[in-house]
Amino acid sequence: MAAKKNGPVIALGAVLAAGLAAPLVTGSPLGFYLEVLIGGLMAGVLYSLVALGFVLIFKASGVFNFAQGAMVLFAALALARLAEWLPAWIGIPAGFPALTLAFVLAAGIMVGLAWVIERIVLRPLVAQDPVALLMATLGVTFFLDGFGQTIWGSDIYKIDLGISKDPTMILESMFQGGILVSKEDLIAAVIAAGLVILLALFFQKTATGRALRAVADDHQAAQSIGIPLNRIWVIVWAVAGFVALVAGMVWGAKLGVQFSLAQLALKALPVVILGGFTSIPGAIIGGLIIGVGEKMAEVFLGPPLVKMWDLAGGGIENWFAYVLALLFLMVRPEGLFGEKHIDRV
Amino acid sequence: MTTPLLSVNGIEVIYNHVILVLKGVSFSVPEGGIVALLGGNGAGKTTTLRAVSRLLKGERGEVTKGYIEYKGERIDALTTYDLVKRGVVQVMEGRHCFAHLSVEENLLTGAYTRNASKGEIDASLEKVYAYFPRLKTRRTSQSGYTSGGEQQMTAIGRALMAHPTMILLDEPSMGLAPQIVEEIFEIVKDLNARERVSFLLAEQNTSVALKYSNYGYILENGRIVMDGEASSLASNEDVKEFYLGVSSGERKSFRDAKFYKRRKRWLA
Repeated sequence: MAAKKNGPVIALGAVLAAGLAAPLVTGSPLGFYLEVLIGGLMAGVLYSLVALGFVLIFKASGVFNFAQGAMVLFAALALARLAEWLPAWIGIPAGFPALTLAFVLAAGIMVGLAWVIERIVLRPLVAQDPVALLMATLGVTFFLDGFGQTIWGSDIYKIDLGISKDPTMILESMFQGGILVSKEDLIAAVIAAGLVILLALFFQKTATGRALRAVADDHQAAQSIGIPLNRIWVIVWAVAGFVALVAGMVWGAKLGVQFSLAQLALKALPVVILGGFTSIPGAIIGGLIIGVGEKMAEVFLGPPLVKMWDLAGGGIENWFAYVLALLFLMVRPEGLFGEKHIDRV
Repeated sequence: MTTPLLSVNGIEVIYNHVILVLKGVSFSVPEGGIVALLGGNGAGKTTTLRAVSRLLKGERGEVTKGYIEYKGERIDALTTYDLVKRGVVQVMEGRHCFAHLSVEENLLTGAYTRNASKGEIDASLEKVYAYFPRLKTRRTSQSGYTSGGEQQMTAIGRALMAHPTMILLDEPSMGLAPQIVEEIFEIVKDLNARERVSFLLAEQNTSVALKYSNYGYILENGRIVMDGEASSLASNEDVKEFYLGVSSGERKSFRDAKFYKRRKRWLA
């Protein structure tokens, strides 16, 4: 039984691994290969950050939060604009001090937002169909997209973390020409790793984290022993809001804060399908696989396609993640690390 | 007469605004008592417990008439959280453990409403392990993979962690081997005697329930049709026949059953 179930997964893994190794076999230079690999991992980290938000809310309330991308945009806008306005308002020096204060304020705004969403969206919909809740988060998405523009404006804004965007060469002695790595990307990776460790500790070690996991397992039973669901929802949306803020900061610093952030966040969907809707490590590893996969496919799969069938060859990055997610849904619907349904028979 | 720990006075419960499930139920639980609510499927036992523990809202039900008092105070406007803080916890039917949490984590979540120090919580944990030694050996297992009896013990232990004065126990015998049922009821009796925890017990397993409780109420179709000391109920001819499956001699005809129905209406 187990073998039958794992067979397709192993096969899919083997195909992916073969795809990963193929460019090396066909003779692309190792230095360039590693560069693409690292670039993919960095993009993956950013996907992971958004996927984390999805997983948190899905775990604790069973709600598929469509608004996570909009929350990323909203948080990034708040951060960018506050960092810009604060020096004028209260005379705080621009740059790092203003950015720090703006970060704290934006975090406060996201917590407030969580409270409002729980009050006026989730609470009235208690014990309704999951579809009703999904639609509600869809509404929240459009509201946040628009309302964000109303408050913060609709231009492209910059978040300046004070890190140079210039790529640095590493391992120059090992490869001819070295490998180009952006310092900003490295810092993003460190931030993401720190956030994941923080979340893991919160979920595993604190009483609140335990209560969140309990609610995720069985919200009725959690309620019966006195865990107040309303409070738990506020907490989990606030945490997801904080994660959105971190993702928005890192992404905004890289690409500029603009409307397309909310759409890029949809890339988190295949990530959670791959990693499993209920697994925090799954969100991270899923993000990395998607990030690396699509970069590799774009760079190494595109040119042969052009050569063989005279296709245009571009845009692989856009669909690769979704095709991968689809394949995964077929062979392993709970994702790589999703919680297996425990049934007593 | 002293005020009972819990008194339920003529409550009516309606689901979804239209379905009338409880039609005026009244009963009381004295301090330190074990009171059984008996009845078949759909009689309204679980609804009654949910009405007391304020868990109806999630099922779209509400108490439309009557009132519920705990220690002489109205509790029908409280949240479940407040109620657990005051010492009333429900153990739900079908155990409802947190499947992906370990047994010990399950127990620890039970203490969520207490602002207790780590030392106090550890002491409670040890106490639970003293009553349920089996749980101690399985403390690190995911509770979804433990046996039905162990899950029931986990659920009761989890409720104990809230330091309750009263536990609402919904169908603890469900799906368990008779031997395990006896074991669990022995522990309930022990808890009642040594920790002074009062129990309101909803059961279909009438014989076990009457063996371990002091007083019983029989619910049928949302009404209480009979009540009395557990021993007198156990020896009542009708209870014996319809709930304990013991008949006095030859088989009864359908006529008699009809007679019984008529009489029950009169009782109600």
